[in-house]
Amino acid sequence: MAKISDRSINLGSFIKREDDSIVICRCEEITKGEIREAIYAGMFTFQEVKKFLRTGMGLCQGQTCEKLVKNIIAEELNISPLETGAAKGRAPMRPIPMRILANDKEGS
Amino acid sequence: MKRYDLIVIGAGPAGLSAAVEAAKRGLEAAVFDENDKPGGQLFKQIHKFFGSKEHKAKIRGYNIGKELLRNADELGVKIILNAEVVGLYPFKEVVVNIDKKVLHYRADTIVASTGASEKMITFPGWTLPGVIGAGAAQTMMNIHGVKPGEKILMLGSGNVGLVVTYQLLQAGIEVAAVVDASPQIGGYGVHAAKVARTKVPFYTSHTIVRAQGEKSVESAVIAEVDENWNIIEGTEQSFNVDTICLSVGLSPMSKLFSMAGCELEEVPAKGGMVPVCDKYGETSVSGIYAAGDVSGIEEASSAMIEGRIAGTAAAHKLGYIGEKEFLAEVKLQRESLESLRQGMFAPENKGKVFTETEEGYQISGSLLEKGYIDCKEIDEYPGVKSKEGIHPVIECTQNIPCNPCQDSCPNDCIVVGEITSLPEYKRSEECSGCGLCVASCPGQAVFLINNDIENNYSYITIPYEFSPLPSDGDLGTALDRSGKELCEAEIVEVKSIKAFDNTHLLTMKVPLEYSKEARFFKAKEE
Amino acid sequence: MRIQKHPILGEFKKGKEVSFTLDGKEMNGCEGEPIAAALRAVGVMVHRHTKKGLGRGIFCAIGRCTDCVMIVDGKPNVRTCITPLKAGMEVKTQYGVSDKP
Repeated sequence: MAKISDRSINLGSFIKREDDSIVICRCEEITKGEIREAIYAGMFTFQEVKKFLRTGMGLCQGQTCEKLVKNIIAEELNISPLETGAAKGRAPMRPIPMRILANDKEGS
Repeated sequence: MKRYDLIVIGAGPAGLSAAVEAAKRGLEAAVFDENDKPGGQLFKQIHKFFGSKEHKAKIRGYNIGKELLRNADELGVKIILNAEVVGLYPFKEVVVNIDKKVLHYRADTIVASTGASEKMITFPGWTLPGVIGAGAAQTMMNIHGVKPGEKILMLGSGNVGLVVTYQLLQAGIEVAAVVDASPQIGGYGVHAAKVARTKVPFYTSHTIVRAQGEKSVESAVIAEVDENWNIIEGTEQSFNVDTICLSVGLSPMSKLFSMAGCELEEVPAKGGMVPVCDKYGETSVSGIYAAGDVSGIEEASSAMIEGRIAGTAAAHKLGYIGEKEFLAEVKLQRESLESLRQGMFAPENKGKVFTETEEGYQISGSLLEKGYIDCKEIDEYPGVKSKEGIHPVIECTQNIPCNPCQDSCPNDCIVVGEITSLPEYKRSEECSGCGLCVASCPGQAVFLINNDIENNYSYITIPYEFSPLPSDGDLGTALDRSGKELCEAEIVEVKSIKAFDNTHLLTMKVPLEYSKEARFFKAKEE
Repeated sequence: MRIQKHPILGEFKKGKEVSFTLDGKEMNGCEGEPIAAALRAVGVMVHRHTKKGLGRGIFCAIGRCTDCVMIVDGKPNVRTCITPLKAGMEVKTQYGVSDKP
């Protein structure tokens, strides 16, 4: 399924919900409300929400929250989670201290 | 830069199998794993596996793990632990963080068998200490020997949830309830039955509302849901538990494939985003293979076969084996894999609810909803027939690919036939009462019944895997399939032989009227 | 909280008993087991407090989720579920990334 291309979805004005205070991204402590607000601000894909809020950019690198965030976007936009796009796999795949990464001579 | 014929990422069942198969063919293989011990999740699997002999059925997961490691060692497979793969590139370069150094390796073929991560559900209080993944519970109790909690609520009734619940009970932990939002239990009925007979209640069509507690979990509130998954008001109930275990599914950890430029697709039946593979496990990037849960969530037995196929394919790609040998080997492995993918719980049937078996037997509604077969339904099944003298009663009522009962019976009393068929007890053959079927059934669904009609007693032999083990002459209570107390029972025999592998056979004496109901024994509390 | 005799696994092979400190308080655990296992065995649930002040503890137990991080021998963000316990280790509850509430 293709990534969402319709950018004209009108969501109306943001209305708070009872469960907005639930933490979704455990590492960066981003709540469901913050994610919903980001969607209302025009972040329609997982990548966009990630860059906007840092969901999935903490120590665990989105292992727990990626699916949860996609589901929230899908629900708000009334689309399939498949249309919210995928997070790109990037190095380093695991958290690694800068000191170690910086000493990598072979990779240059 | 060190170059290998094959680099395997992840030393779990799939990865080790791939490396073993490749090494057998002469490839120089290295396996990287981020953990300090190899085996992936196999060493946490202390239950007996399903399947048939070729799938290592009735052997406990950790023993299969030990054997795999022995094989790998004998073949000179290099397993490098505490090695975090931080990058995988299309030209098959693997970047690994080992001992605080970033190292680069090249390989002619790669098998990535990175496994899966646990899916989660969110609810108020889900970040409280005491809310843990089911895998975490397994790791704590089966690897480290530490109880993850004293009293636990399990969320999710798939096979992982059921197996872990049973293991929690084995570790001496109280399980307050197994909760699932779906109206039916998701995993094997036999796994649910093992749990139900110890009196753990199932709450299907229920969901968690919140976890409560000041510093850590002190209680969990659940409520009933309607067919649209909405909470029905007024159905809330609270359980005092210190731990909530989440077991709501697994999703493939396929990010490395994305980094390597392999094509990925979202396949709900496989648990999420998986690399697109051909029938040998090769991805869209030539020479990069996927095997195990990362290519679709299944059992460890399937993962091992997928690993073998990928390892053989790598050997073929590099010219270590010819086309003919390759095709013959793969054909065998694929047949073995296909036989595991049969039946009601096959990946393609994910989410489907069956109301009758392949043979046309009704599936017990009580089993699906509450985890146990109602006594009134049990006589319908082909494994359950009454007879004078000792005989097996096989309470196996769903089409699962498994046949150790048939395999273990020295007198051919039990016939499974097609691997997913319900076992049938052949009354015409003489049962010697050896108990091998009872001990070998991974679902613990086989019992021996010996009715002494003259004296009005029934002797019931049950599989038993708890501590402490009762002894001859012990008095206690016989429980029915739901864990309800029936009557006083006396243990008249305890059989523990090596071949049973810690599944002990308890024979209890109960009044004849309970012969169709008594299926578990609870020792008298001291 | 330790399992004494497991019906399938029997007795667990553990390292020798060693002492370590949690926020200055002396406790015992088994050498080589993850710090988190030693803490769970003595009933410690809270490993850290997030920036927002919420308590966190063991969640995945295999080094993936990083919820159980603590300050170990002065180093913050140490995943206690996969870091082996050594005699004399100084373990501290982590607040944000510091050891001060």
